[in-house]
Amino acid sequence: MTNSIGELQGADVLLVTGSNTTETHPQIARNILEGVDRGAKLIVIDPRKTELARQAHVHLALRPGTDIALVNGIMRSIIDENLADDLFISMRTEQYEKLRDYLFRLNLDEIAAITGIGLSTIRKAAKIYARSSNAVICYCLGVTQHTCGTDNVQAVANLAMLTGNIEKAYGGVDPLRGQNNVQGACDMAALPAVLPGYQGLDNIDARRRFQQVWNCDIPQTPGLSLTEMTHSGAEGDIRAMYIMGENPVLSDPHLKRVETTLKQLDFLAVSDIFLTETAALAHVVFPAASFAEKGGTITNSERRVQLCRKAIPPIGKCRADGHIIMELGRRLNCPGMDFTSNAEIMEEISLLTPIYGGMHYDRLEENWGLQWPCWNRDHPGTKFLHKHNFTRGKGQFTITRHREPAETVETKYPFTLVTGRGSYHHYHTATMTRNSRRLVREYPEALLEINEKDSRALQLQPGEPVEVHSRRGSVRVKTVVTDRVQPGTVFTSFHFWEVPINQLTVDAMDSRSKCPEFKVCSVNIKKVSHA
Amino acid sequence: MRDVMTICNYCGCGCGVYLKVHNNTVIGSYPSRHHPISRGNLCSKGWHLHEFVHSSNRLTQPLLRKSGSLTPVSWEEALDYTAKALLTAKEQTGADSIGILSSAKCTNEENYLLQKLARAGLGTNNIDHCARL
Repeated sequence: MTNSIGELQGADVLLVTGSNTTETHPQIARNILEGVDRGAKLIVIDPRKTELARQAHVHLALRPGTDIALVNGIMRSIIDENLADDLFISMRTEQYEKLRDYLFRLNLDEIAAITGIGLSTIRKAAKIYARSSNAVICYCLGVTQHTCGTDNVQAVANLAMLTGNIEKAYGGVDPLRGQNNVQGACDMAALPAVLPGYQGLDNIDARRRFQQVWNCDIPQTPGLSLTEMTHSGAEGDIRAMYIMGENPVLSDPHLKRVETTLKQLDFLAVSDIFLTETAALAHVVFPAASFAEKGGTITNSERRVQLCRKAIPPIGKCRADGHIIMELGRRLNCPGMDFTSNAEIMEEISLLTPIYGGMHYDRLEENWGLQWPCWNRDHPGTKFLHKHNFTRGKGQFTITRHREPAETVETKYPFTLVTGRGSYHHYHTATMTRNSRRLVREYPEALLEINEKDSRALQLQPGEPVEVHSRRGSVRVKTVVTDRVQPGTVFTSFHFWEVPINQLTVDAMDSRSKCPEFKVCSVNIKKVSHA
Repeated sequence: MRDVMTICNYCGCGCGVYLKVHNNTVIGSYPSRHHPISRGNLCSKGWHLHEFVHSSNRLTQPLLRKSGSLTPVSWEEALDYTAKALLTAKEQTGADSIGILSSAKCTNEENYLLQKLARAGLGTNNIDHCARL
């Protein structure tokens, strides 16, 4: 997030796109709704009528996979209304003219036809967004999990720069991070192409510093991404894997391929708190300590590095993952694997990672942590980003063009399946929530959301199970009739192993971000025949 | 009875949560009133954050696959076996034949250590996590 979470309630306009915020980020949704209570306008872009969409002043229920066309339409309407922030554009950005010329060539009626949203609604949203002095855009995986995910994000950035809604307390572009420490895992370079703090593998100065402190060489070629590893297949290059606290056998697209890949490995080690579907395939399983049994820091969506404290000793013979890694490191002769405390590890992190330069445990103990970039011990942390200039200098406008998703509906597969987190009470592959008695009680099984019109056409009884088929597989799942989804679209979650919906999903991904297209997959729905 | 301040383990909001601890058992979770995000509030997952910690389904000992089935072993045996298998893979098929998945559920320190192990210990940049899922 370029902003802090608390700043959301001070914005005049909140544009939420591809995020079911009330269910997936309840406390962020609370800030959004507090803003609305104070008079802010809420625009929601989502094919589903989510709870937040019901509260919105304008709900743009677009056809799945047409975000770029919609945002281009909004930007064109803003320029037509003469509402672009010319001062911001001239001082802080470059290549605006190219984008403007492209937008002028667009046919707005065509955009209405592509997105399925009336032109007057697009114009209304554009006026609300551009007329405000402080507008925030929140987006989540509904924007990124497309084959055109990177361009979707670029389109959102174009929109914010066009109206000068960046670089300030109550305006910005805010990706909401899904897991408690997905921000930190990225910051710490659990990524194939960077070193901690997003320092490039080809950054000579950074490499030298790491090699000095680590006292060894660092490989220079970027590694494989998660989906490239888990989809490498039987003939793949990956022969051994170590998986810490993840469950790709349920969470990754096109599951049959993931299973094939993991089963043919010469060696698979998994460290987790439960025997997940992935751990069940492993040669070695390490029992990991849960969050309550260890200390350390995690970094939230607003870049706030916070201390977690150990509440109880590890149960049974469990050990913290940090401990397990160091034990393995010593056996593999990895240099510098003899830390005695988390604080000591953080000292090495702050030494090598400029944006974490001032993160020291004694400082984190005070207040409520620190937001990066925090360059040194005296730096107070950063509430919002890009105050005087962007990371690359000037903000660059880039033309983004609509293109159809990898799979489009056809006679054999006439429905569009959208997947995501499906409930306030569950989380991802539900290894934790399904071990919480009360959460299971609230939402015990997977449900496929289907519109009443489609349900009637299929002659379904309330709750009747159906078979959902895609080109890659099929699952059986109970239905729930709801107006949350439009006719022609169905939605379900990937929480339940009994309904491994990712057997159906497409493994096509964005060529740059490697983010799979979870939000659009063509399926057919059949009544379950009674034998 | 003790109250331990920590951060919720579910989503990226990062709410401040107190864990109520009695006899080394976490028996409840409730929000910090002054934490900038939670401000005295939690969602249903946060209020039940402690429930899975003592689930009877928790893994409690290292397991090693012996003649087809996962069998309890000592830490030493599990760690030695893993280190040897990773070294064998590195020697026989090269460091880039090893893939490491880190976790958005683990701490910064653990993620830092694991990428260090991959890069400095094994010599590969094949490390990633679920940021895209």
